[in-house]
Amino acid sequence: MPLVHIPALLLSLTGEVRQQRVSGTTVREVIEALDKIHPGIRDRLLQGEQLRSGLAVFVDGLVRREGLDFEVSDRSEIYFIPAVAGGCAYKVAQESSA
Amino acid sequence: MSTTTIEKAKYKILGTRPVRHDGVDKVTGRALYGADIQLAGMLVGKVLRSPHAHARIRSINTRRAEALEGVKAVVTGADLPEPGDQSANLGELGMVPLKHLSHNVLAVSKVLYHGHAVAAVAATSAQIAEEALKLIEVDYEVLPPVLDVLKSMKGEPALLHDDVFTDELGEKSSKPSNVASHQRFQLGDVAKGFASADHILEHEYRCATVHQGYIEPHAATAMWNADGFLTIWCTTQGAFTVRGAVHQILKMPVSKLKVIPTEIGGGFGGKIPVYGEPVAALLSLKAKRPVKVVMSRTEVFLGTGPTSGSYVKLKMGVTKDGRITAAEALLAYEAGAFPGSIVNCGGLCIFAPYHIDNVLIDMYDVVVNKPKTAAYRAPGAPNSELATECLIDEFCEKLRMDPLEFRLKNAAKEGDLQSHGIPHPKIGFIETVEAARQSEHYRSKLEGPNRGRGVASGYWLNAGLTSSAMARVNADGTVTLVEGSTDIGGSRTSIAMQLAEVLGITAEEVIPSVADTDSIGYTEVTGGSRVTFATGWAAYEAGQAIRRQMIDRVAEMWKVAAETVTLEDGIFSANGDRSKTITFKNLAETLAQKGIDIGARITVTPHAVGGAFATHIADVEVDPETGKVTVLRYTAVQDAGKAIHPSYVEGQMQGGVVQGIGWALNEEYVYNESGQMLNASFLDYRMPTSLDLPMIETIIVEVPNPGHPYGVRGVGEVPIVPPPAALSNAIYKAIGVRLRDLPMSPPKVVKALQIAKM
Repeated sequence: MPLVHIPALLLSLTGEVRQQRVSGTTVREVIEALDKIHPGIRDRLLQGEQLRSGLAVFVDGLVRREGLDFEVSDRSEIYFIPAVAGGCAYKVAQESSA
Repeated sequence: MSTTTIEKAKYKILGTRPVRHDGVDKVTGRALYGADIQLAGMLVGKVLRSPHAHARIRSINTRRAEALEGVKAVVTGADLPEPGDQSANLGELGMVPLKHLSHNVLAVSKVLYHGHAVAAVAATSAQIAEEALKLIEVDYEVLPPVLDVLKSMKGEPALLHDDVFTDELGEKSSKPSNVASHQRFQLGDVAKGFASADHILEHEYRCATVHQGYIEPHAATAMWNADGFLTIWCTTQGAFTVRGAVHQILKMPVSKLKVIPTEIGGGFGGKIPVYGEPVAALLSLKAKRPVKVVMSRTEVFLGTGPTSGSYVKLKMGVTKDGRITAAEALLAYEAGAFPGSIVNCGGLCIFAPYHIDNVLIDMYDVVVNKPKTAAYRAPGAPNSELATECLIDEFCEKLRMDPLEFRLKNAAKEGDLQSHGIPHPKIGFIETVEAARQSEHYRSKLEGPNRGRGVASGYWLNAGLTSSAMARVNADGTVTLVEGSTDIGGSRTSIAMQLAEVLGITAEEVIPSVADTDSIGYTEVTGGSRVTFATGWAAYEAGQAIRRQMIDRVAEMWKVAAETVTLEDGIFSANGDRSKTITFKNLAETLAQKGIDIGARITVTPHAVGGAFATHIADVEVDPETGKVTVLRYTAVQDAGKAIHPSYVEGQMQGGVVQGIGWALNEEYVYNESGQMLNASFLDYRMPTSLDLPMIETIIVEVPNPGHPYGVRGVGEVPIVPPPAALSNAIYKAIGVRLRDLPMSPPKVVKALQIAKM
């Protein structure tokens, strides 16, 4: 099962458990499974149905812009890290339809 | 200058130093910059800025300005579409209140910094526009300015926003706060780590607000067509970023907006946000004529993002043999008027060069009444790594240990955990320390009174993100390369060189250009030290696609299997058949005659970014009477992964060092008690010039990034990180006082000496 590294600010929800193996084939599924074990964690990682503003998903050490839809394997290690982009720390990257 | 290559060179083009493609235009004045745009009927746009750091806007009366002969349009924040509670999609940074973006462009109900744009005028001449500004009447209710990050955290003396709450990963404070967010990294158990230490030190470090100091002010020209299409020419680090910001702020379809980036005279992160672009667009819409808005230098200082001033409290523990057992840091960074500092970058970088099992970092994003901060070359890292590199120097003194030896003992390696828990990939920190230790500079003696040598290391994480490139083979064997990355440091040449390497042609036979948002695929900003890495990769892939197409075509011509055809040094040949060879140039001509077009369009989002490390050595002499610090000698060692164009790598290293020295010794925003900036010019905001510094010596180390076809690591940002600490450590060696508050300007040095004597 994929291994989730719990963000430090959410350790109070996991009883200070820092890593948790849960089932799931995508990051979204993993979060849902994590929430069943540690209720409330889903609403901290997600904003509605999207990844919370300011967070980025890393899987096996690489940032994955597919975010919640990224497919993971049983050996995947998942991190939720503040979203930074080097010297691009302020940017408007994507257009939305207006 | 020297290069230490870990891997034997195997390239024909990479590592050479061709003349940059844009060089002739730039040195002869032909290059087109933002302020050079001239259009028929164009008007001059000028901006009215707040004289107050913090005030409510009771009313704005623009009637007298509108009535002035020659004025064609006046706009205020009321002319911007109501942002409501909508969030702007900032891509990787997620959703940010559109209100913050919009209200920074033109204030609506409140001004939040001295220089905040309040209104703008378009007129037939600059003089008329300036006169019109004076006729705009703004009624302010002045409020107490919030200027200190620690006081701001307590809400003193005022709250900036009633709708900003402290966000801790989704949990918000019950009351509004000047602390917009709190984030934390944690490894191991710091309490146990400190318990096992033989020595513990804790100090506080401060950095003043500093500006990127690019030589070219912001310039934007906007022109609407009658059918609702908008074109913007601007100096920017990212045309697509401008397009994304402007279409969201103006609530217009993205398909109706084209952004044309002009050449850029420096950015360093400060030309990522939009300022004049939406204003020029609003003015142009009202005036029904093109409008150009060019900032003065004073406006650049007052109205655009500097980087964060900061407070860092750092505690570290080490054993008596010099191993770091624990590190705990509190980082509070100024975000300026609206939330969104780069404090998290500071937290990601602060301990990155070192293997530390027990870490706790708390990061706070804090609003103050200063311009909304923007990125500045390795944003957040100089502030935080100053603390680490200075505290390490104190441990070295206590342990009587060579500072480079200490770094080697604690150096992070591949697989060691970073502060956020992700292991380092292959990295080159140790190699930079070793190269520094072996350097002639470090081995040389430094003699004389009030002279000292300091060392410091640094790290920057670099970025990947999305880049696009298009390449087409011309009939004469040259290749036209179109890419989307604004060229700040010679990058169009380094990108062209990567394409040339694939095809076995010369760099001069690749003709690169930077395109507008209608003419190239999506490309993220020129920033994050990503362009040679990511856009270079796009060019590499385009080259590979062209290579495959040409191999397929020549295989058809020769009636052989494509697998038997090779391309080496610009010559196609069928294995083992000497009669079947043709040069790239001749094949291009042949295919063109047949009407066969060879080209490729590529978009990449590479993930395996290689972080960059540096180790610097600084020799200084301090005048104890005046406090002036003279840099006698400076050497920068840096891992470039693969230096595509060594001259431009060296240039980035030197430029970053010079900016770091200015940050360390002289630069700061000076405010009065009312929050007004007092030194908004290059006369009083003192940046180093070539007359102030010796030649910066560079040593390039190459530990290839396994995540890039050519091993590239971004190089532009890490060189600004070590100088402040290197100089602080050198000053200590020179005069025996430790300075932990930047800038280490002459008055502060003199005062520190006076205190030390007491």
